[in-house]
Amino acid sequence: MERERPDPDQLLRQMGSDSGRGRMKVFLGASAGVGKTFAMLSEAHEQLERGVDIVIGYVETHGRAETQALVDGIESIPLQTLVYKGVKLKEFDLDAARRRKPAIIIIDELPHTNAPGSRHPKRWQDIEELLACGISVYTAVNIQHIESLGDIVAQITGVMVRETVPDAFLEKADDVELIDIPPEELRQRLREGKVYVPDRIDVALDGFFKKQNLLALRELALRRAADQVEAETLCFREGKGAAWATRERVLVCIAPNRLGEKVVKTAARLGTSVHAELFALFVESDRQIARLEEDRERVEEALRMAERLGMETARRAGRDIVAEILAFAQSRNITLIIVGKPIKQRWKEILYGSVVDELVRRSGDISVHVLTSEEPSKFRRPKIAIQPVKNKDYAWAVAGAFMGTVLCLFVQGHLPSENFVAIYLLAIAYVGSKAAPQASFVCCLLSVAAYDFFFVSPIHTFNVGDARYIPTFAVMLVVALLISNLTLRMRKQAELASSRERRTAALYDLTRELSRSKNKDEIASATVRRLQSELNVDGAVLIAKGKFRLTPLARSRSHFEDEVKEQSVAQWVFDNGKAAGAGTDTLPSALGTYFPLSSDRGILGVLAVKSIYHGEAVEIAQHPVLQTFATSMTLALERATLAKESHEAKLAAESERVRSALLGSVSHDIRTPLTVIRGAAAAIAAGDDGARALAESIVEQSDRLNRHVRNLLDLARLESGSMEPKWEWHAAEELVGNALSRTRSVLSTRQVSTEISPNVPLVKADGYLVELALSNLLENAAKYTPIDSPIELKVLQELGQLRFMVMDRGPGIPESVREKLFDSFNQERRDSGGFGLGLSIANSAMKVQGGSASMTDRPEGGSIFSLVLPVNETPPEVPEG
Amino acid sequence: MLQAERRTLHGGVCDGCNQPKIWQDSNKGKMQKARVLVIDDESAIRKFLRSSLPREQFEVDEASTGREGITKAALHPPDIVLLDLGLPDMDGLEVASEIRQWSQVPIIVVSARFQDSDKISVLDAGADDYLTKPFSVGELMARIRVAIRHSKKEDQSESPLFEYQGVKVDFVARMVWKDGVEIHLTPNEYSLLSVLIRHAGRVLTHRQLLERVWGDTYSNEVQYLRVYMRQLRNKLEENSATPKLILTEPGVGYRLKVD
Repeated sequence: MERERPDPDQLLRQMGSDSGRGRMKVFLGASAGVGKTFAMLSEAHEQLERGVDIVIGYVETHGRAETQALVDGIESIPLQTLVYKGVKLKEFDLDAARRRKPAIIIIDELPHTNAPGSRHPKRWQDIEELLACGISVYTAVNIQHIESLGDIVAQITGVMVRETVPDAFLEKADDVELIDIPPEELRQRLREGKVYVPDRIDVALDGFFKKQNLLALRELALRRAADQVEAETLCFREGKGAAWATRERVLVCIAPNRLGEKVVKTAARLGTSVHAELFALFVESDRQIARLEEDRERVEEALRMAERLGMETARRAGRDIVAEILAFAQSRNITLIIVGKPIKQRWKEILYGSVVDELVRRSGDISVHVLTSEEPSKFRRPKIAIQPVKNKDYAWAVAGAFMGTVLCLFVQGHLPSENFVAIYLLAIAYVGSKAAPQASFVCCLLSVAAYDFFFVSPIHTFNVGDARYIPTFAVMLVVALLISNLTLRMRKQAELASSRERRTAALYDLTRELSRSKNKDEIASATVRRLQSELNVDGAVLIAKGKFRLTPLARSRSHFEDEVKEQSVAQWVFDNGKAAGAGTDTLPSALGTYFPLSSDRGILGVLAVKSIYHGEAVEIAQHPVLQTFATSMTLALERATLAKESHEAKLAAESERVRSALLGSVSHDIRTPLTVIRGAAAAIAAGDDGARALAESIVEQSDRLNRHVRNLLDLARLESGSMEPKWEWHAAEELVGNALSRTRSVLSTRQVSTEISPNVPLVKADGYLVELALSNLLENAAKYTPIDSPIELKVLQELGQLRFMVMDRGPGIPESVREKLFDSFNQERRDSGGFGLGLSIANSAMKVQGGSASMTDRPEGGSIFSLVLPVNETPPEVPEG
Repeated sequence: MLQAERRTLHGGVCDGCNQPKIWQDSNKGKMQKARVLVIDDESAIRKFLRSSLPREQFEVDEASTGREGITKAALHPPDIVLLDLGLPDMDGLEVASEIRQWSQVPIIVVSARFQDSDKISVLDAGADDYLTKPFSVGELMARIRVAIRHSKKEDQSESPLFEYQGVKVDFVARMVWKDGVEIHLTPNEYSLLSVLIRHAGRVLTHRQLLERVWGDTYSNEVQYLRVYMRQLRNKLEENSATPKLILTEPGVGYRLKVD
């Protein structure tokens, strides 16, 4: 295939522009020995000459001299040595490559499986990571390693390829270069020892490298490359759309049998050739209750493979499998459904009906493609789940047969012996309902023996004299098996239902608890608690604090996530936003499994889980529910963050409002007296005649200014919330006296009378605050009542409290402002022309001491402002003398 | 409050020989000035004090830091120190206690701080009186008069008689009259009144009063003062809520009014 070589400058430009992702160029060959590595290295040298920063990450020369010559002269990243079971393995060093960060890196042998203990099981995952961090990659792969072609290759060559690369990954290749030589030339190269070292050549020539194999593989490779070109052309023609022109939407139904993977692979191949969008669905139905663990894993494996092949996967549950499939198909606008051909025996199909038949009948305008399975009988599975049989079960069997016999002996003579069969059946049925199927089978055998021994002539021998009893025994056996099988199925169903219910309940409880949790810590600890109590899982919630460091927000007691290795897995998950650890494809050798907490705002943290049993990872079957836990928690965490942010925003807005209100008040109340002072002083300086009057007004305004500053200081102290009352014993008349002397200047022109009920005991209070409150009431009274009206001050001792009253003869307070009269400055903007800061200061000052301020109308006209101080303690004795 | 002109001095304490020199000076025209040391970092305040204290009666010396103030107080012993609490180099409280170690010069604290605890601690540290900014010149002059009078009186024998606002006390006979009517005081009441009279015009903190009347172990029993002050006022004042003789210094202590 001749394709225009990309201009390296353009390549670099694209690398820069394409959202930071590196570009991938794949050198595709029909088989080994076609010269992929050579081509790759040749191109590397060209790039090097153009000044591109290109290095070798991993190259397999297979001892070929001409290839080795090309390796020299290009910088190589040293391989790392991993020790696995005593064997030293050389592996590509991903971290070193990331640290080196070249523009292009060469990594040969794309389908390679990494040594255990590497970060990823597969090399293509290493490459994916390199691409993700912006490094472009040259890599090479043979056609037989492409996952969806594996089966075909196996059919052609008879060799099952283990190391495969997912199609979805190859789809991401920005360039594919087909390295093609005619098969005969390849065989010639092989004979010349240019491909393998000589001692293996003959085996190779007769095996894999047979000419017809090479021809078929070459055809596959050419077709594949052509597909790629077509996809690119389409992509180009249709502008910036997806590389897939979506004509078909294909749904693959995965059945819990061996066909699953084959169906998925076929669909992928089909889908790629028709540029279809692919979906994979598994429907769990209660018909498949007795499903084996093996089946479950097969389904999971098929779904994982589907995901790797780039399909959208889904799971549904329901009684009617066909209805579920069709509902899903409709919701996704599916045009074609692919199912595997049933592997049930014919009679079973007639008996139970077939999903495929029903699907074909009910699918309407959706096409159904049924795949053949070559060897259905090979995949037959045991009908009954084998359960470990315990001694208890055999005890049940013996007891059942014994009780049946005793009962029969008891009624012998009263009833005809035909009834005894029914009695034995009862016993067998009972055992079947209580114990394992094997037990009822044993019970059945024992019953038959006992029946024969005790009741079938010749009696007390195991001989059967009459052939008519043979069918009786047979029926007994069949009934026993049927009953125990049914019972088992019912029990399984109940177990499944209850486990599903437990899971749902756990999720429900978690969601409810999360919705109650107010902050991140509560959310995290609720999740960890629920994981442990509901799923038997040790969990830890790791949240990014600062820039990169993950710190546990909540965790179980095992602290398994503290190990350096586990930490690095968690960090990887956090950096890459994908699940990793035990049971996944990434870093599977870790003990814990790690799920990213990914939200719209990026990765919030990591949920780490492991089984509560020592040294065990969580079961793969638990991954979906754990994923759901992680999602629920992420939502809750986000909600908490949003709530906190909105609260803070509200606070900021509020304090901003208060600040501007205060500033307004301050600027008015301070500038007014300052204006007078400045003007008067300037007039005096200019030699004004009325210097004395001017000076007096300066003094007056200074006092006003001072009062206002004092108010502001008091307010600041009160509103800071840190005000701790200084409790001391006080005499009421002294408090009143101090308040009066504080307000002397404003009250000097007013007629003030005081009345203090006699023998008011000492009261425990913060004298400063009481005086502050009282003087503010007095100031207000002086300010807002006519100058010739009297002001009365009363102190009354009431039950459990002391009341200070400031009574005026003023115009009263309008109804409209009463409600907010004592409100804190925080809540009601006040103009200084209104009620100033005084009343809110008075209220705050009393509240700090557990008292209150209030206002009532005076029946004879005017208002009464009251301060109430609680009296909780009797004053200490003061010795006379 | 333009009360600076009101210079009538009541009471018999200083009758005869013990007139403070500033009044002697102003009355008799002699030019013996009182040295005032102003320790304040605000030049505006220093300028204001220098220009408002009558030049013929006072010679004003200035210091802008605590250290400078202490040095000046040692080199040229003043008759009175006006001390700001918020100094750049050290706290006014330290300045007061350092000066107090070697000098009995009257110290009047002039501060913008409004917390009672500051006032109390500086008074307990040996300062004689305090004034909160802003203050009037009249107030300042009154405090200076009282302080200087007390400093000059320290080495004089006490006057046996006190009379002010209709209250007369005979210290020799231990008798008290109110508007000519004899008043019976309990021993503690009498003791409290005589301490106040001995320091007439000066503020006395709760602690100082309690220690002088009841003894050192009672220095925190403020309720004693509340109860006895109430009794004293009931016996001596017209209206105990608006006392004319025994004034309350809120949060700090009491002061017997003399002006």
